[in-house]
Amino acid sequence: MKTPLTPPLARHHSIFFLIMRRLRAPLIMLITIISIAVLGLTLAPGVDPDGKVHYLSFFHAFYFISYTATTIGFGEIPYAFSDQQRLWVLFSIYMSVIGWAYTLGTVFAILADRNLQQAIAMQGFVGAVRRLGEPFYLVCGYGETGRLMCQALDRLGYRAVVVELDESKVGEIDLHSYAADVYAIAADASNPETLQYAGLTHPSCIGVIALTNDDNANLAISIAARLLAPRLPTLARAETRETADNMASFGTRHIINPFEKFGEALGLALHAPAAWQLLGWLTGLPGTTIERHRDPPRGSWVLCGHGRFGRLMVDAMDAESVPVTIIDRRPPDDIEHRWIQGDGTGAAALDAAGIRDAVGIVASTSSDVDNLSIAVTARQLNKDLFVVLRQNHYSNHALFDAFESDITVVPSQIIAHECLAILGTPLLSTFLDEIRRRDEEWCASLLEHMTQRLSWKVPDVWSERINLSRAPALYRRLMRGETITLDQLLRSHANRNEFLACEVLYLDRDDDDHLIIPPANTPVRPGDEILLAGKHSSRAGFGLNITNEHALNYILTGTDLPDGWIWEKLSRRPARIEKRHLP
Amino acid sequence: MNLEKVIFGFFILLAATLNFGFFVGDIGDPAHHDIYELFAAIVVSLIATMLKFGDRTQIGAIHLATSLVADLQLIAAAMVWGYAAHIAADGLTSEMTARVVSLSGGALFANIVSVIILIAETIMQRR
Repeated sequence: MKTPLTPPLARHHSIFFLIMRRLRAPLIMLITIISIAVLGLTLAPGVDPDGKVHYLSFFHAFYFISYTATTIGFGEIPYAFSDQQRLWVLFSIYMSVIGWAYTLGTVFAILADRNLQQAIAMQGFVGAVRRLGEPFYLVCGYGETGRLMCQALDRLGYRAVVVELDESKVGEIDLHSYAADVYAIAADASNPETLQYAGLTHPSCIGVIALTNDDNANLAISIAARLLAPRLPTLARAETRETADNMASFGTRHIINPFEKFGEALGLALHAPAAWQLLGWLTGLPGTTIERHRDPPRGSWVLCGHGRFGRLMVDAMDAESVPVTIIDRRPPDDIEHRWIQGDGTGAAALDAAGIRDAVGIVASTSSDVDNLSIAVTARQLNKDLFVVLRQNHYSNHALFDAFESDITVVPSQIIAHECLAILGTPLLSTFLDEIRRRDEEWCASLLEHMTQRLSWKVPDVWSERINLSRAPALYRRLMRGETITLDQLLRSHANRNEFLACEVLYLDRDDDDHLIIPPANTPVRPGDEILLAGKHSSRAGFGLNITNEHALNYILTGTDLPDGWIWEKLSRRPARIEKRHLP
Repeated sequence: MNLEKVIFGFFILLAATLNFGFFVGDIGDPAHHDIYELFAAIVVSLIATMLKFGDRTQIGAIHLATSLVADLQLIAAAMVWGYAAHIAADGLTSEMTARVVSLSGGALFANIVSVIILIAETIMQRR
């Protein structure tokens, strides 16, 4: 489905001239009618109180016609009119009413014109984006994933600009309650010009997120972003491998295939459940609570629906050497797996696939109703089954919530999680890679420690760099040669005996050195980048500790710095004895 | 031949000729300057302005600008006349007439520029 693209107007004031151009005929008619009426009124003979012939001057005639034509009506001036004048006025009134009706009708017709409304909307959008002074993300496609992204970005305090093809979805944006305005336009995002109007080359644009449901459009967006704004990180959704390869060849930095992502995650879950839980906890949508799943059991599995998703799931299970039986209407391309013909919604096919002896089932057809039906039937046959459900549409979430599956795969959520993890904290992906390499025991103990301290609620994960712009107070102190440890920093500025509810996950040093879960007594060095996970409130607290001189001094020494110029002067003398030395 | 062009040229020229007709004569003598001619000049000039709306070319923009100048000058002249004839105690003196006529003289200049542009545009087309 393609709606015709309205080309953005080249110049800013063209709308005004567009309207004037359409109003040309009614305005000329109005001028003509009024001038004829005025002229006639000056020519019509009247009488003054003395009975002499008196002609209205242009001044009086124009005054009279002005209030008569606009139906205000003040009476006859300067003297009562003669019958000749009244005859002419009668004629003028009806003429001018026609003139006004025609003009107003044209004005309303123009204002109701779709093209003009689109042109006005486009110009409002272009102007609003141009004036955006804060950093913003350009989100292309406002489907389920786009909506999740915008909500998460909004919660994280970033602005978003949306380009979406479907007008009704654009209208939806206004109905959502975002903390900050989300500017949106109904246009084709694969058109580079539209992207430029939406702020692709804007200095405040900090990233492009291509989430349309059309792989070709996503490809076009990532190509445009690569060529027009090469410094911007681009995230693109790709559902087929060809598109992903094509994007990669163009240097798109982050390509997200939701099914492949989940395939990897399931592989990890089978292989190292604790690492998988930890990953889910760290990359969940901020503000949600992760439920503790039971770990996927090893044993024989049944998979219904060998489509794009099913194929990747089979690959993941093969890699972990878990035996799979496939139920599908058509035979799978590979003949290594046992195949049962059927659709899995009936008990017969499930029985034939050996559901009673299986440990888990994956319902991965492209129909939500079928998936639920498969899961319900399978649970009836074997109530200990581990159920992995594919949910295609977010709108069905009430049904999926009601059925207690072990894992529900929602592609839109997977993409949103991944995008957020990449955008929010580049260090996080390094840390996640590290988790995947560590052994199961290490992950389990870390997960235990973290969730005890910070609960199962998804934490805020953020990174801070110790430099002059991000952490001026801390940086100055470090440059003076002071030794400050992480333990000293992670304290509340309200009471220094209390620790902030956050943990340091990763410390990246300038000299390629890095520490995973650094011990509390690790000294901080200038130029370090720290990855933290903690409650939302602790993020602001930590930010204040490293930027504010007074807060930092208090958490380090327990004393308050003199506030204001006079107190600073008064307490300056003893402080001066302490000699400052640079490292 | 294009009817639209004929109408366009007609109104521009008529605006200039009416304006000229009002302008010529002894500058301070009310008898030389007919108020009906000023009225006609204003109406034709306004219509010419409307006709020029909506042309996005550079020449179109200058056309519109000259017309707007002419309108402004003529309306100012009409207002001075209205003040002199109805509000001022002395009525339409020769001093006031001179003011009205000199304002219309300014408008005449703008109208002449408009006509020159019209001629230049026609010559450029070479058809």
